[in-house]
Amino acid sequence: MQLSSVFNRLLNQSLNRRAAGIALFGLVAFLTACSSGVKLDDVDGSKDANAFGSQPWNDPKSPLFEKSVYFDFDEYNVSPSKYQKMLMAHANYLKQNTAQKIIIQGNTDDRGTTEYNLALGQRRSDAVRKQLALLGVSDSQMEAVSFGKEKPKADGNNEAAWAENRRADIVYITK
Amino acid sequence: MKKLLLIFKYVLIFTPISFSSFFSSYAFGQMTVEIKGYSQSLFPIAVMRFVDENKLPTSVSEIIRQDLTSSGYFKNTEGGNNSEAIDSPSYKTWAARGADALVVGQVNVKSANEFEINYRLYDIRKGQGLGGLTLNASANNLRQVAHKIADDIIFKLLGERGIFSTNLSYVIKDGKRYRLVISDADGQNIRNALNSAEPIISPAWSPDGKRVAYVSFEDRKPVIYIHELATGKRISLSNQKGNNSAPAWSPDGKKVALALSRDGNTQIYILNADGTGLQRLTRGSTIDTEPQFSPDGRFIYFTSDRGGNPQIYRMSAEGEGAEGAKRISYKQAFVTSPRISPDGKNLAFIANGGGGFKVHLMNLATGETVALTDTVNDESPSFAANGRYVLYSTRVGGRRVLAAVSIDGNSKQILSIPGADVRQPSWGPFMD
Repeated sequence: MQLSSVFNRLLNQSLNRRAAGIALFGLVAFLTACSSGVKLDDVDGSKDANAFGSQPWNDPKSPLFEKSVYFDFDEYNVSPSKYQKMLMAHANYLKQNTAQKIIIQGNTDDRGTTEYNLALGQRRSDAVRKQLALLGVSDSQMEAVSFGKEKPKADGNNEAAWAENRRADIVYITK
Repeated sequence: MKKLLLIFKYVLIFTPISFSSFFSSYAFGQMTVEIKGYSQSLFPIAVMRFVDENKLPTSVSEIIRQDLTSSGYFKNTEGGNNSEAIDSPSYKTWAARGADALVVGQVNVKSANEFEINYRLYDIRKGQGLGGLTLNASANNLRQVAHKIADDIIFKLLGERGIFSTNLSYVIKDGKRYRLVISDADGQNIRNALNSAEPIISPAWSPDGKRVAYVSFEDRKPVIYIHELATGKRISLSNQKGNNSAPAWSPDGKKVALALSRDGNTQIYILNADGTGLQRLTRGSTIDTEPQFSPDGRFIYFTSDRGGNPQIYRMSAEGEGAEGAKRISYKQAFVTSPRISPDGKNLAFIANGGGGFKVHLMNLATGETVALTDTVNDESPSFAANGRYVLYSTRVGGRRVLAAVSIDGNSKQILSIPGADVRQPSWGPFMD
């Protein structure tokens, strides 16, 4: 499931960017990393980020693997108790890898109108960006954007789907 | 060729959502159209098949009849199987057949792909000719010629500018693909502007109808582009850090107001249509978005949640610094998507007063506000160039469709494409 979604993401990127060659290279590298069964310690990413290979954020054992922050209805506050540890791991990695860039993508549930939801989703991504900035990440490494309600992860008109879609994702940019 | 096949893959259907007692249906090519209208006080009109119309690849008189029906003003008294000479009609005979007006025409073939189309309009009740038009056409602009004649009929009989020669822009979501398209005002004659794997939102027509600004997510974030209809080319208008969205043209077409999040929260900016001269117009810590110029260019209406929930505000087009923003909407808890009618008298918006998201219309002089629809997922209202109709997107049977409602609420139509979502409509301006 996870593999196929990563696969799809890479595939989508390849279609989007019309740079199939480059993206396919990334895909091969990722699959190689998976199949080689490299043992990775579940440690703070700041200690030895390089041990995770080129894309530690795709390794389920890495503290960088968790990349989503969820929000309550009509809320933009990042819950410190839930997300402080996770954001710290990302911040530490980014501070050690200052060439690495991330994009933070905000999303909303599908109630309401397109442009207002785009702005709402952006408040969520910006809230995550501010937290990472407080933890010392340079603004030049981060971009907060929003998809509003246009790219729902979960379909359906129910609370479970809405909750899944009230979310900001940290996405590591791979060239 | 491939493009053509893609276009014809779709079947467009107009279906009724209002109570009605008049019904008409017809097929055109692979497109099926069904319209029901409100028949109580409809103007009876006879549109005869044009003389030698069988020499055209497209039935012009049939498109005229469709346009007149969907205007909400007319009912056709003739089916269109018979032709009639364009001169000297028998007013008595036509009065006896129940027509208050008569449309006749003549096709002259000038070469294989060149036609001259003559049409004449007669007022049967007054027993007088109202003139007509002589139009040159080729096989690929016959629909436009028909729309032009329909607009002329509406103007001569009702004194109102018809909107059938205007264009629509909207987004078709088919599976995981998004297509920004341009079509005739009746939703037919679909032309592709952009085909993308990522969402496309918020198309906005330039005042001269030659360009459409829109927001595309193809670069993993909202970026504003301008599509030029004549050349099919596009330019990137705004690709600032963060979101770039909600483009709105100034009435002179020289500037575009937009929403940017480059400084954190979403705020309203303005720039020249060539992308230069960026200026910030609002300075708040909440959301300001969806700018819309008043027709005189002096004001910008916009959505803001500065008061705790989204409402419509109005500021000087020079920005909040020049004149503080004034709140316009009060009655509902959630109000977004302001659009000003071309005459500046009405404000359409989406509001949720507890019963769902519906298109509302506010008389700006009196503040009187009515809900125009009974659907609950309305979005993206857009005025027709004559201000008589509001086009919007809504959800019917689990799919997004386009709908048009007259500002008196009497006439409603739905445009749908089976198996696809149709959304984000924008109705273009008069083209002359």
